[in-house]
Amino acid sequence: MRAHLPALTLAALLVAGGARAELIGDAEAGARAFNACKGCHQLGNGAEDRIGPHLNGIFGRRAAAHEGYAYSASMERAGVDGLIWTLETLDAYIENPRALVSKTRMSYPGMQNEQARADLLAYLRTFSDNPANIPEAEPTAIGTDHSVAPEILAIQGDPDYGAYLSSECVSCHQVDGSALGIPSITRWPEEDFVVAMHAYKDNLRPHPVMQMMAGRLSNEEIAALAAYFKDLD
Amino acid sequence: MTFDRRKFIAVGTAAVATLSAPMVLAQGAGKPRVVVIGGGSGGATAARYIAKDSNGSIDVTLVEPSRSYFTCYFSNLYIGGFTELEDISHTYGTLAAKYGINVVHDWAVDVDRVAKTVSLAGGAVLPYDKLILSPGIDFVEDAVPGWSVAAQNKMPHAYKAGSQSELLKAQIMAMPEGGRFAMVAPPNPYRCPPGPYERVSMVAHVLSQMNPTAKILIADPKPKFSKQALFEEGWQRHYSGMVERIGPDFGGENVSVDTEAMTIDIDGMVENVDVCNVIPAQKAGRIADMAGVTGGNWAPVNAADMSSKMDPDVHVLGDAAAQGDMPKSGFAANSQAKVCAMAVRGALTGSKVFPAKFTNTCWSLIAEDDGVKVGATYEATEEKIAKVDGFISQTGEDAATRKATYEESVGWYAGITTDMFD
Repeated sequence: MRAHLPALTLAALLVAGGARAELIGDAEAGARAFNACKGCHQLGNGAEDRIGPHLNGIFGRRAAAHEGYAYSASMERAGVDGLIWTLETLDAYIENPRALVSKTRMSYPGMQNEQARADLLAYLRTFSDNPANIPEAEPTAIGTDHSVAPEILAIQGDPDYGAYLSSECVSCHQVDGSALGIPSITRWPEEDFVVAMHAYKDNLRPHPVMQMMAGRLSNEEIAALAAYFKDLD
Repeated sequence: MTFDRRKFIAVGTAAVATLSAPMVLAQGAGKPRVVVIGGGSGGATAARYIAKDSNGSIDVTLVEPSRSYFTCYFSNLYIGGFTELEDISHTYGTLAAKYGINVVHDWAVDVDRVAKTVSLAGGAVLPYDKLILSPGIDFVEDAVPGWSVAAQNKMPHAYKAGSQSELLKAQIMAMPEGGRFAMVAPPNPYRCPPGPYERVSMVAHVLSQMNPTAKILIADPKPKFSKQALFEEGWQRHYSGMVERIGPDFGGENVSVDTEAMTIDIDGMVENVDVCNVIPAQKAGRIADMAGVTGGNWAPVNAADMSSKMDPDVHVLGDAAAQGDMPKSGFAANSQAKVCAMAVRGALTGSKVFPAKFTNTCWSLIAEDDGVKVGATYEATEEKIAKVDGFISQTGEDAATRKATYEESVGWYAGITTDMFD
C-alpha cells in the first residue's frame, strides 16, 4: 500500500509569507474550484448542513466542532485530538482527505493541483471571520443540481425495508461510513440521498454500477434506503 | 451502537420466552439450528446475517477447517506485488464474539439428510434444521493429464488462496532470466471467470519489472474469455510481446503436462517451462457430492432461496451451486448468501421474506492503476437466477477512469470482507 504524506509545503510557505491574504490564491478561480465540493457542502447566506457540513466560518474552527452536524467518529476524534482548520490543515485535508482523517465520510479523492487548492482556500476564506479582512461577499447557498418530483421526495421510507435492501449496498460501501475508493453513503439527509439515487436511475449521474443498481430500485425502495442510511451509526 | 441494542433485544426476547413458553426453554435446545459448511464468501456471510438478524433466536454453527481464511479475490494482486498475503487473511473471532456463532474448525465428512445431521472428521455430529453448503470448488480428477493434487507443488494451481499463492509467487520470482511461465486455463464453468487472465496480467507486471525478456504462454480450451478485449488491449499496451495465448483452434484444449520433466504438451507440441500454473476443470466442493445434492459437477438450486433441487432443507451457495446466469465469484456468493439467509430465517422464525435480488461485480487489475470491471443484476425466475441488466468497462478508457476503478475495487474489498467477518 502506498503511503500518502500530506503535502504541507505550500501551506507552510504561505504561512511563512506573512502577508498571506494576498498569497493564498485567486478567490474567483476558487469559486469555480468549489464546484467539486458543492454537491455536498453549502456556503454563504442561508447555507445549511447537507451531506457535508456548511463551510461558513471554517477557518480557525476545531474539527467536528460545528454543532448540529453528525461527523464521522474519525473526524470527532481528530477534533478531540486538537485538529484546528487552518490554511495548512485544510490544504492537507483537501489534497488527500483520508491521509489526514482516515475514516472521514468525505467522499472526495483529493485535489492534486496546488494552485487549485490555494484558490479554493482563498475562496473559502471569504466565508470565514477568522482570519480577518473578509471581503464583502455575495454568497448564495448552492442547491442540488437535479430535481425530483415533490411527490417522490414526500415518500416516507420504511427503514426496516431499507435495512434489508441495504445488504446489496454494503458489499461495496463501508458500513462505518468511511470513504475508501467508494463513497460514503451513511447519514446523508434523506432528500439528498433520494435525489442522488434518482439521478443515477435517470442516468444523469454517470457511474455504471450505480446506474445499474439504482435502475431497478422503485421510488419506495429508494426512500427506504434513504431512511435506513440516514441514521446508521 | 446497534450491537448493544441488538443484544438488549435478544435478552428481552429470551425473558418473554421464559414467561410464555417454559417448556421449550427447559429443553435447552429449543432454538432452530442452522449448520453452515464453508467459511468463505457464501458461508461466512450467510452465518453472519442469520445470526445478526435473528437476534439470537437461531443457533448458528459454522464449520470451516481453516483458522485463517485467504480470499481468492486479491490473491492475484498479492502475486503482482500490490498487496500482502496478511492483508487478504481473515479470521473468525468476530463472528463468534459479536454474533455468537459457534465456529468449529473441522472438516465436514458426511451429511445424513434423513437424520438431518452433519458428521465432522473429529467425530462430532451436528444436528440441523437447515443446512447451508458453501464449500467452494474442488478439481476434476484427470482434467489435465499428468497433473494431480499430489503434484500441486510442482505445478501450483493457486486457485485456492494461501500457501499455493505463496508458492506460485516464489516460483515466479525464481524464474531464470528470459524463462517461460505457462498457464493451463480451465474450461467453463469455473471460479472467477476473469481470474486466470488477471493472474496473467499480474505475472506479466512482475516479470516486466524483474525479468523483462521472460515469456508467458497460456493454453486455453475456451474460444473466448471474460473481459477478453480489455485484457488483450492491456497486455498489448503494458506488456507488448510477452503474452501468447493458444486457444482451442490451435490445440489449446488438448493439453497434458509432465510435472517431473517440467514440460507442457499442447496438441503434440512439447514445450519446456520454468513455472507451470495448472488451473484444472472444477466441480462443487466434495461435501456437496457426499450430501447427494449434486447433478453432474455442480449442485442445482432454486433461484428464489438457493435451496437444493434435491432437498428443501439444504441450501447451496457460491461456486458450488448451479444457479443460472451468475458467474462463480465471491461477490455473487455474498449476494446469494443474503438471499438465502433471509429465506432461512423466514422459514425458521417467520420473519418477513422479501423478493430475491442478486448482484455481481468483478474487478480485475491489468497493471498498476489500470482496473476494469464487469457486473450485472439478477432476479429469481422459476428455472434459474436470470440476468436483468449489466455493464462492462470499455476499451480505450482514460487513465483516471481506470485508476478510479482500481480504487473502487480496494473499497469493495474492504466492504465485502467487513460484510463477511466483522
